[in-house]
Amino acid sequence: MGDSKSKNLLGKAAVLEGLPEHPAIYALLAMDPEALLDAKFDRGELSLTVAAGKIRAAASTVQAAGYNFFEDMTAVDWFPSSPRFQLSYHILSHSYKERIRLCALVDGDAPVIDSITPVWPGANYYEREVFDLFGIRFEGHNNLRRILMPEDWQGHPLRKDYPVEGYR
Amino acid sequence: MTEQIGLPILELPVAEGARDQHMVLNMGPQHPSTHGVLRLVLEIDGEIVVRLYPEIGYLHTGIEKTCEAKFYHQVVPLTDRVDYLGPMANNLCYSLAVEKLLGLEIPPKAQWMRVLLAELTRINSHLIWLGTHAMDIGALTVFLYTFREREEILRLFEAISGQRMMTSYIRIGGLAMEPPIDFLDRLQAFIKIFPEKIDQYSNLLTGNPIFANRLKGVGYLSPEDAVALSVTGPPMRASGVDFDTRRDMPYSGYENFQFEVPTSTEGDTWARYKVRLIEMRESVKIIQQALDGMPEGPIKADAPKVVLPDREKMKTQMEALIHHFKIVTEGFAVPAGEVYQGIESGHGQMGYYVVSDGTAKPYRVHMRYPSFATLQAVETMCKGRMLADIVAVIGSIDIVLGEIDR
Repeated sequence: MGDSKSKNLLGKAAVLEGLPEHPAIYALLAMDPEALLDAKFDRGELSLTVAAGKIRAAASTVQAAGYNFFEDMTAVDWFPSSPRFQLSYHILSHSYKERIRLCALVDGDAPVIDSITPVWPGANYYEREVFDLFGIRFEGHNNLRRILMPEDWQGHPLRKDYPVEGYR
Repeated sequence: MTEQIGLPILELPVAEGARDQHMVLNMGPQHPSTHGVLRLVLEIDGEIVVRLYPEIGYLHTGIEKTCEAKFYHQVVPLTDRVDYLGPMANNLCYSLAVEKLLGLEIPPKAQWMRVLLAELTRINSHLIWLGTHAMDIGALTVFLYTFREREEILRLFEAISGQRMMTSYIRIGGLAMEPPIDFLDRLQAFIKIFPEKIDQYSNLLTGNPIFANRLKGVGYLSPEDAVALSVTGPPMRASGVDFDTRRDMPYSGYENFQFEVPTSTEGDTWARYKVRLIEMRESVKIIQQALDGMPEGPIKADAPKVVLPDREKMKTQMEALIHHFKIVTEGFAVPAGEVYQGIESGHGQMGYYVVSDGTAKPYRVHMRYPSFATLQAVETMCKGRMLADIVAVIGSIDIVLGEIDR
């Protein structure tokens, strides 16, 4: 990867040209050339946007490609733009000593995405947290309950249309 | 929209067909060995744990939501309150993330001071772990000794930042202020006697047959499970997975320091105990190297629009006063983008994911804290073991509920 570490590459074409032999990109393209929607290499971090319907396949692909450790996962609410939610998965490779970010975009109307707990059981609490605070449902999660807020809470506090203080 | 409200908790644990033999027991939220307010819903068969559900959220204060309403520099004091046993590590991780967004260069002296303070924080965190862990097991004496040394660390924190626990000393762009004149000498004196104190703890515990019997072979976690369940830090290394962010993905100048990363292949609570004891000794080595090679120079980055000016400059220079006024009243804009910064805290992998939309307030701050993921592994460690082993396991993974609930 050498020199390309330092400069930013924005857009899928630039990343494919700048990082031609990156193991995660290579594996994702080999899995399904359509799955990779967008990519950027910004501030030393590689973000790969994959189709929301293929997140579980993408997760198991990068896992097989050496990105063995699920580190973190959360969502960003881009209200009122569409698609509304961006899910960011941070995956670490113990062998390459490198981290990648998988992103998936989900619509704001009844948001739902496949759970990656079959690939990494460690995503369990993280998906429950995103469900709790953003109201995104995870298909295939076996215990999708609120985790931080009380069980009978109404609303999802980390959404941008939920006020920081005062009455809802 | 339609809400999915969770299943009632008490309907969850008992397995089908076992309702007349198994019992559901609530351990916590006010149990002394749960280190805060952790509630464990246990399904037990006699004294054997069949299933275990941690229930968390009792300390949830919505810090991530609050961050979105503050300027970037106002978030620093909020981070102190997340992992309240390792304030400097929180400050460091957040500051590094924002500095990455801004593209700031941090002067060498500030970097070395940060490493030194992060390691002091690790010792602080491990001392509390050791004291409370031993106390849970019934060895009350060690608690008094570890808190004796922790008191000295808190005094050092107070000397450098004015606060014992909520330090907010590491700021975006450097440090809050120059350390006091005698700080490094006091730290040197502490570092000189501290290895001896670790020997003391070790003498009290390592050869103690009661302590050893409560820990050896208890709470086994295989390396595969550790990776699958996203366990990080000392619990992961005690299971034989050799990865330490300080060594493998260095930040804040850690590449300039020589230290060993202790690992073990046993994977039980005893291994976690041994690994943390060695980690404290390694932290002492790093602090010694930082003290010996402390560079001269400024402690703040040269970025007047981001870093608050020194007090004297503010009172004598017009420009400094303007910058001070602007930073305090309207913050500073951060270029749009997203970064994730991971560091090795006392409990494991800490990470801040900061998303900026180009304004003076963070669009999203997500905090990845190690205890949150490690708690998932408690069921794996405790399944099929005695009820009393839970206390040893919870102590050995060193959880802080403030960082789980945020």
